Amino acid sequence: MTVGMSELSMGPVLFNWSPDKWRDFYFRIADEAPVQSVYVGEVVCSKRQPFFDAVIGDVIERLQAAGKEVVLSTLALVMAARESGMVRELAASGEFMVEANDIAAVALLSGKAHVIGPFINVYNEGTRDVLMSKGAIRICLPFELPARSIAAIADGASGRVELEVQAFGRVPLAISARCYHARARGLAKDSCQFVCAEDPDGMAVDTLDGTPFLTVNGTQTLSRTCQVLGREMTDLRRMGVTRFRLSPMDMDMVAVAQGFRAVLDGKMESTELAHVLQSFMPDVAFSNGFFHGREGYVDHITGE
Amino acid sequence: MTGALELVSPAGNPAALHAAIEAGADCVYLGFRDETNARNFPGLNFSRSELRQGVRYAHDHGVKVLLAINTYPEAGNQKPWYQAVDDAADIGVDAVILADIGLCEYAMRRHPDLRRHLSVQASASNIDAIRFYVEAFDVKRVVLPRVLTVPEIRELNAKIDVETEVFAFGGLCVMAEGRCSLSSYITGISPNKEGVCSPASHVRYVDQDGKLLSKLGDFTINSFSDTEAAGYPTLCKGRFRSDDTASYLFEEPTSLNVLGILPDLMDAGVSALKIEGRQRGKAYVSQVVRAFRTALDAVAAGLPIAATALPEISEGGRETSGVYNKEWR
Repeated sequence: MTVGMSELSMGPVLFNWSPDKWRDFYFRIADEAPVQSVYVGEVVCSKRQPFFDAVIGDVIERLQAAGKEVVLSTLALVMAARESGMVRELAASGEFMVEANDIAAVALLSGKAHVIGPFINVYNEGTRDVLMSKGAIRICLPFELPARSIAAIADGASGRVELEVQAFGRVPLAISARCYHARARGLAKDSCQFVCAEDPDGMAVDTLDGTPFLTVNGTQTLSRTCQVLGREMTDLRRMGVTRFRLSPMDMDMVAVAQGFRAVLDGKMESTELAHVLQSFMPDVAFSNGFFHGREGYVDHITGE
Repeated sequence: MTGALELVSPAGNPAALHAAIEAGADCVYLGFRDETNARNFPGLNFSRSELRQGVRYAHDHGVKVLLAINTYPEAGNQKPWYQAVDDAADIGVDAVILADIGLCEYAMRRHPDLRRHLSVQASASNIDAIRFYVEAFDVKRVVLPRVLTVPEIRELNAKIDVETEVFAFGGLCVMAEGRCSLSSYITGISPNKEGVCSPASHVRYVDQDGKLLSKLGDFTINSFSDTEAAGYPTLCKGRFRSDDTASYLFEEPTSLNVLGILPDLMDAGVSALKIEGRQRGKAYVSQVVRAFRTALDAVAAGLPIAATALPEISEGGRETSGVYNKEWR
């Protein structure tokens, strides 16, 4: 199979950044990052959403002016009626492409072109086909899929639905009704005081004997490792994956995007990319275990 | 059958099925002995012929059998899941409990008369999501994820035209079900794909400096002194360190028990109560089903519920009403 064009996407900011920081991040992505698509919107906690309402219009405008495709991401877990209302509003707008991260959004977007986000369980070609029949034009695959599953889903998808895989960033592992950030600080979710904003890259969780373990981001739990699929992009492109998602961390994401773009363009080796990335975050372990059918935290190259 | 509220009991094997029926269950739910169900533990579940006998026995006693086929079929290898649905129809179970969208579609297309329930693993936690499964796959009952409070369940039931089933007792997922890769991240074995969380094959207990460490894979999940009983290292029920403080960050070892709020739940319009624990023995099944049977009969007769606690069979000896009370969040 020939390897076609590959595009980069900037995923939605999963952490609770201040509205100014959030806006400035997207402005810089608009101006400088070699990404084709940018996902915008609160995915993790509906309580955070009002803070961004004041700046999201400016962000979308700036991204569009820079020629980026803007995709609005929905919440990953919709529970209360208020949250249903938020998703309905997004789905009804009609102006932008929407990424569905809860089945509620899939229901509301049926019959319209939309993106299936990585929080929707697409484990096989049967589900892929049903979602395509409802209007899915792009699927960002779940994080824990191994290469052979990605290949099987990609087989027969070519030209019918575009496939995206997260190539960079902490891996979302779970979402809950309970807020662990608040719980860790002795608070409840309803009176959380937005303590999650104190940790722009999430709260580190270690085992009792001090081994780095997980990352907590409010109601979401993520990997402690940063998943980097630089080397694996060659295989993924061969399978038919055409789009690679970079999930924002509190670092120079423009440089991250430039690095991945250079690898896709054959201007940089993936090993060099890994070195560059490691220099940005010397204390963070990299992983690619899910892709290789192993424990998600494992870095399959070094065998750790 | 007592009233409209069904008591749904786990049956990890034929002995548990018999115990559940004897103790007064209206339905039992169970799985085939493979990766097609979310309790794929060694020595558990039913062969085809065991299921055939179990269904006959249950039906002879006026009890329904629900078959959980509630993991996500593997890409490129969907056959075992399709086969499970075909066999369920052939054997004549009363319903299949499904999570995967593709599998729902297959079941509806191939066996339109086979009743479909939506598994908790599908995480349908709101009106629009539930509507999707009802309209697309004609599901007759939705097992609600353990993310909703009682008032939220009441509000939901007022707006949907489908039965809802809620968890009443047992092990408690604190994460939205079917959307958790924690165990997969640590052990490489996925609850969604292989049907096992915190698998026993990856559990070790290690003596270290006078403490007993419980480990899952390479990670310490808890540490116990001489005076503490060492529990099973279920990943989200461990003690971890954040902000230099050790705590049960996600949840204490505890069991869900709704006996104390049973009238509230019934009033919220649910159709069925589900007891967790296909991995538990027949003694557990007997005791929990009997307690809930007695309580349901009492409520139906307008009497108070006599006893509400079941500490001797609760994880860590502790009970919670979980997310049904808002403060839990």
